[in-house]
Amino acid sequence: MTAVSQQTGAWLSQITEQPAAEPWLQQLRETAFQRFAELGFPTTHDEEWRFTNVAPIARASFHVAAAKQLLRIPNGVRELSLADAKPHLAQHAAFHRNAFVALNTAFLNQIAVLQIPRGAVIEEPIEITCEASEQPGRVAVHPRTLILVGADAHCTIVETYKGQGAYFTNAVTEIVAGDASVVDHYKVQLEGREAFHVATMQATLGRSANFSSHSISLGGALVRNDANATLSEGTEATLNGLYLVNGTQHVDNHTVIDHAKPHGTSHEVYKGILDGHAVAVFNGRIIVRKDAQKTDSKQTNKNLVLSDDAVINTKPELQILADDVRCTHGATIGQLDDEAMFYLQSRGIGKHDARSLLTYAFAQDIIDRIKVPSLKESLERILFEKFHEHAQ
Amino acid sequence: MPLLEIKDLHAKVGDREILTGINLAVNPGEVHAIMGPNGSGKSTLAQVLAGRELYVVTAGEVLYDGKDLLGMPPEDRAREGIFLAFQYPVEIPGVSNMYFLKAALNTIRKHQNLEEYDAMDFLNLVREKMKLMEMEQALLNRPVNTGFSGGEKKRNEIFQMAVLEPRLAILDETDSGLDIDALRTVAGGVNALRNPNRSMIVVTHYQRLLNYIVPDFVHVLSQGKIVKSGGKELALELEESGYAGLGIEDEEEAVAKV
Repeated sequence: MTAVSQQTGAWLSQITEQPAAEPWLQQLRETAFQRFAELGFPTTHDEEWRFTNVAPIARASFHVAAAKQLLRIPNGVRELSLADAKPHLAQHAAFHRNAFVALNTAFLNQIAVLQIPRGAVIEEPIEITCEASEQPGRVAVHPRTLILVGADAHCTIVETYKGQGAYFTNAVTEIVAGDASVVDHYKVQLEGREAFHVATMQATLGRSANFSSHSISLGGALVRNDANATLSEGTEATLNGLYLVNGTQHVDNHTVIDHAKPHGTSHEVYKGILDGHAVAVFNGRIIVRKDAQKTDSKQTNKNLVLSDDAVINTKPELQILADDVRCTHGATIGQLDDEAMFYLQSRGIGKHDARSLLTYAFAQDIIDRIKVPSLKESLERILFEKFHEHAQ
Repeated sequence: MPLLEIKDLHAKVGDREILTGINLAVNPGEVHAIMGPNGSGKSTLAQVLAGRELYVVTAGEVLYDGKDLLGMPPEDRAREGIFLAFQYPVEIPGVSNMYFLKAALNTIRKHQNLEEYDAMDFLNLVREKMKLMEMEQALLNRPVNTGFSGGEKKRNEIFQMAVLEPRLAILDETDSGLDIDALRTVAGGVNALRNPNRSMIVVTHYQRLLNYIVPDFVHVLSQGKIVKSGGKELALELEESGYAGLGIEDEEEAVAKV
């Protein structure tokens, strides 16, 4: 047997154990699994996975469990059936290129399908929490979310991932934002320290829609986040992220902002704080298609490296096919500023506190942009504790 | 007993010796001006006293309130009542002025076995001190020194000093870059803080500041040593004949000649 078929074999037997679904879904699962079997898990020879070795996931055997998604759905949001989801499901997060998305699609079972009707303004956040409960053996969950936002509708989505023990979360979220809708999306990754977490968020954005996504990645042993947005004419998209790693954690953030039509604006700020022997990857691709004239795009990746042994790989990837556009990008890697340390200490603030204060300050602008007060507060608390831990 | 006693202090940065034997005693309530041309070591002295690790003390000792100052980390010096008003106050994006100052004040008060301020008491204290420095309250909610004008930064330094109430304040070229109105306000703030228990070391290149903050003693620094000491009239003498009148040149030029 080849390595690929060895890896897929264990998944195959579990696929066949799944209860049969409606024909269209069964067909989708099978196609996706076939694609997964063809692709196999990526290796570091794949450019997209160059700095992230998923062998620990590929080699391990997992027992597939139902993804437990706790939903908090505000009034005005409709929960749709799987059949209603048919026209959109798996149409946005493409599985032909990504083995993990293919695997998730192969195990499509319980999924959260939410619809925000045209023109509805939903003030309360939609909360989707995926918690991997501790079970004997290694569990894999494949949570799937599809959110359909009608034209002119406003909503806020908060996805949280957490759990305990050694498990594998392989999540896919598809968001379809209608014309002129306003969507504020948050993904908070608080997985256990032994967990593997791979997730794709794919947003398809309508004309003049305003979309922002904030990815806060704090937990997990091996983490890969893909956040992708396809813009339409006059769309404004913001992709922000904060990753905080220490010990031997590995976090990889890949983003794709695809300017498919003219007059789109995108802003992207990803910030990372690395300590211990941790490794982080940032790869930000910006595509400006031939038709996408007057695109205005700005990408920034800033990293604060607190130890000599941490490693950051950062790479902008600009593919610009239009000629009348403005695209800027920049990446920085730095340590805590000695002068700022001295300034704080000269006012009586101890070295450890000064370190944690400056570390916190580095992350502050990402946190400040979080518009859900309860989320902002809880993250401030979590970060504050983490920074104290880092400063020790 | 002097509050501060500097004995034969030598310090270097990298391979370059900057302080070459400073002797100075500062009694409680006294204001000492340290003058000297660029590169004479004035700012180095200020930073060494505050504990900047960039400078390595190679010889000599400094006693503060009878204790060995050089063995203390910068935060302990601050907690013991030393305050350095920076020549170039550092911008710290992401940390609000208010949060920073409250943390500093309470750390110092805790160290001195004083009760920590709660939010309300702190706000009242801060309002009073802001009035003194003619500062807008909006500055409190902004990140430390971030986006402040040169004058606002200097005012913020003296404002912090007013809140922290040090026993020994070291003002490092607090006048540089200030227009005359800002200089008056800053000097007014400093003068309001003068009292018999508080000593000050005022480092300046120009005599102008000393028209507003009148010192008890003036010392002239050259090539890392105090070459002349006197009363406030020494500053006026310097104003008339310049450092050249004392046979002193800018050190950078001196270095260039070597």
